[in-house]
Order: sequence, then C-alpha cells, then structure tokens
Amino acid sequence: MNAARLARRAFMLLGLPLILLAFWWVASASSTSPFWPPLQTILETFPKTWTWDRIVSDVLPSLARLGIGYALAVVVGIVAGTAIGLMPRLRALSEPVLEFFRAVPPPVLVPIIALFAGYTGWLGKIVTIALGCLWPILLNTVEGVRGLEPVLNDTARSYHLSRWRRLVFVVLPGASPRIFTGARQALSIGVILMVISELFGANRGLGAAIVQFQRSFAIPQMWTGIILLGLIGVLLAALFKVVENRMLAWYVGQRQIERGE
Amino acid sequence: MSIIQTVRMRSAAAGAPAAGAGAGDDAVALDLRGVQKTYDTPGRPQVEAIRHLDFSIRRGELVCVVGPSGAGKTTLLRSIAGLLDLTAGEVVLDGRVVSGPPEGMAVVFQEYGRSLFPWMTVRQNIELPLKEKGIAKAERRAKIDRALEEVGLTEAGEQHPWQLSGGMQQRVAIARAIAFEPSVLLMDEPFAAVDAQTRAELEDLVRKLWKDLGVTVLFVTHDIDEAVYLGERVIVLSNRPTVLMEDVRVDLPAERDQLTTRSDPHFGELRGHVYELIQQAKRGVRPDAPAASSPQEA
Repeated sequence: MNAARLARRAFMLLGLPLILLAFWWVASASSTSPFWPPLQTILETFPKTWTWDRIVSDVLPSLARLGIGYALAVVVGIVAGTAIGLMPRLRALSEPVLEFFRAVPPPVLVPIIALFAGYTGWLGKIVTIALGCLWPILLNTVEGVRGLEPVLNDTARSYHLSRWRRLVFVVLPGASPRIFTGARQALSIGVILMVISELFGANRGLGAAIVQFQRSFAIPQMWTGIILLGLIGVLLAALFKVVENRMLAWYVGQRQIERGE
Repeated sequence: MSIIQTVRMRSAAAGAPAAGAGAGDDAVALDLRGVQKTYDTPGRPQVEAIRHLDFSIRRGELVCVVGPSGAGKTTLLRSIAGLLDLTAGEVVLDGRVVSGPPEGMAVVFQEYGRSLFPWMTVRQNIELPLKEKGIAKAERRAKIDRALEEVGLTEAGEQHPWQLSGGMQQRVAIARAIAFEPSVLLMDEPFAAVDAQTRAELEDLVRKLWKDLGVTVLFVTHDIDEAVYLGERVIVLSNRPTVLMEDVRVDLPAERDQLTTRSDPHFGELRGHVYELIQQAKRGVRPDAPAASSPQEA
C-alpha cells in the first residue's frame, strides 16, 4: 500500500523527465551533426568533464557567488521592504524609483556593473546577482507588510506590543508568505544571473566553462554543462521547497482547511 | 436649528470634564464624557458617527451596549479601546484619560479567526501579551494553564487556531484576554459569527468568567436577547449620529441560565422594552431631537 503510493509519487515526479530523455536518446542516436551529438556521447562525456577538480575550480565558486548575492538580496530586500511597507511616507517617496528599477531587466545591468566593479573579480558578479534578486524580494515584502490583516494590527496595538515584538512576532510572520513568493522568483533570477555574469570576460565558473566549451568546439562538453546547470536549478528549487514547507507550515495548513481539503 | 443643537452638544461636551464626575472615584472603572466622533477624511463627505455619549461603568459591572445596525457600535468600541482618536470628549479608564490603547484593557474582536496569530499555537497566542508585560516564564505558564482551564480548552494548547472550530477560536481569544488580567474587558460582537448553540455556550462562559474573575465587562452586540441575558445594564444607542437612547437596568437574578432566565416573564418585559427602543431608534426617534422629527411629520 505504502510502497504503491511511493512508486506512484516517484512516477509522477520522474515520469515526464524520463520520457523526454528517452525521446532525446532515440532522436539523437544516429546523429552525425557536430552540434547535436547523440545523448549517449553527452552522458559518457559527463563524468570525464565534471571531475572533482573542475567542480572545485568552476562549480563551487559559481554557487558561492550565487549564495552570497542571494543572501545579500534576501537581507536587504526584507529590511528595506519592511521599512517601506510600514512607513507610508517612505513608500510614496520610493515607489516611482522602485517601479523604474523593477522594469529594467537585470542582465542589462551587467555591463554597467562591470564598469564599476570590474569584469574579472567576484565583486561585480555578486553585485549583479544581488541586484537582480533584490527587486522581487523587496517588492513582495512591501506588499506582504502592507497586506497584514488589520484586526491583527489592532490586536497587537491593544495589547501594546512593543515595536520590535510587533515586528518579529506579527509583521514579519504575517508577511512571510509573500516574502517567500518573492524569494522563490529571486532564486530563478539568481541562477540565470549566476551564468550571465560569467559570460563577460570571466575565465572561471560554470557559465564561463560552458562558453569556453562552446568557443573551443567541445560541443558534448558544452551540453554536459547545460545539463549540470539544469540539475543545479532542480536541486536548489527542491531545497527551497524544504525550507518553505518548514517555515510556512502554518500557512499551508490554514489554506488547506480554508479550502476544505 | 442643527447649528443650535450642535452648539448645545458642544457646550455639554465641554462642561462634562470640568464636572469631573468620576475622576477620583474608585468605584468607576470606565467613564465616557461627552464622547464625539466625526470622520473627516479629506475628499470625502464628513460623517458624524457619534454625536454625544456620556455614561460610566462601575468596577465589576457587566454592561451591554446594543443599538440598531449602523449605530456606530464599532466606532464606539474602537474609541474606548484607544484605537481611534475622538473628535471631542474623553474616555477615562481607572481615572486616567485614554489616549492610545490603555494598559488595563483587553479587547475581544468580532473576527475571532483574524484576531489570533495563525503562525502561533494557542499557548503562544496567549503568551505573547504576557511576555510584553514582563512576566516570568513559570508564572506565564501558570497563567496560560489557568486561562485555558477557565475557557475549557486545556487540551488544545499546542494546536494552531485554524485547527479549531469557530467557537473554540473565540474561546482562545477570550483566554488571551483574561490571562492578560485587564481591569476592563471589551467585547465587540464576539459571538456574531458562531452558530446558535455555540453562542449560548459562549454567553454562559462570559457570565461565568465575569463572576469568577470579577472583571469589568463592556459587551457590544446587536442581539437584544443576548444583551438582556448577559448584562446588568443595557445601554441602548440611537441611530447615527449616535446618542444615548436609554440606560436600561436589568434587574434579573444574578444566577442566569439559558432555560429559566429566558422564560422568565420579567426577561420578556425587559426584552420587549429594549426591542421597542431599538424599533424607535430605527424609525429615527432620538431623545436629543424631539423638534427634528416633528416638522418632518407635519
């Protein structure tokens, strides 16, 4: 019974990817095009390409930059978003500016940031990732703080909770579903920017490696890089889901009951 | 004519604080003096919600406020709770003028589901105001246990509010209020959204808590039966802009229960009297404006 359910869940999760892989395998099996190597070749190249040395020299630094940039965006976004959400004057003042920055696609910023922070070092890349991730988190935090249930606010006021208790026990938990929405959007933007920030004159990193493979016509290796990137994305999304389910357990439970599930 | 009236009200409002009826009077828990509230939002028509209200509640009393719908009951409660600024007059709690939510007051809101913090367990909900008061951990635990026992929810402490039924959620809100040990407990139509059986249980719970704890209760409702059943006094409000219709004393026995009290002939009389007042209020009869209604009829 339990095993059957587990098998069904595994099928739901892996079914479509396996079908697509099988399709790719069959469709590319007899390919002679250098740009479109058989999947079998790509998979055989994978372990030879992504050795431990390469992971240490290229993958881990990329992930570290993503981690630092993303963490910066989370901290700054929540702090600034909470302040703007709580203060109507500050909000009125900053709204046009925020709308402007939100409308600018983050990759456009890469050349500009590179001018100030350099092409090759970590700083420019981290700033790129952090800036791109910041807006969804910040704007969602503002909305989450503003959308707090008014009765909860009255309750907090009538029990005269201090400023910081209101912040920690009422405002931030109340805004957390929206904050997580923003953080989830920011994560996918962050992965994109992690790669893009390395396309301009970097010689180390996952994105830089993919570009170098492409330029040196190491096509199967290039494909393995793209597969690795996809796997990292899936892994990060799963990790995010685990954290979200833990921290928003109350929200998920409440919604299930409201919907009568 | 309305100008004359307003002037009369203004002078009455101005005169009340000078009289200082209950300032040093220890028997008075809550005193409303010439309370007036007009909503004056720029760009919107001015709304006069409360024209003039004067009444006081003695320590340990259970007073119900009832009025026709739209009588400004919630405005009144929010003013008393210090969540709303008055246009004129003052609310005095324990001899101190209320400006902002006062220390010795707890509010149970109508929207029980939305007044509890869904990210906290029942115990954490009750504990948060106690933490703010600076009460030590062991004592907090004892107070939470006692409050949960009073409202009959000893088993539900570790659950989240949304896992409980509506009636139980309102019990949690009441437990949080009584654990806070306020000198005045305000209740804003707390049982308007629960079913009839739960409602009867919760009404008896309020009577029991009031007797057990000796807390002063101001209970706002639109339900005439509920007001007469619960209160020692029923304050009947007029329609908007609100003034006092009548302060009805409920001289029913202190021991009340749903069956005998509600079938008591005197309960019927009081209920009929309050009902008649509300009907008058709905028709626009106002004690402050005998002249205002007659020219319209003529």
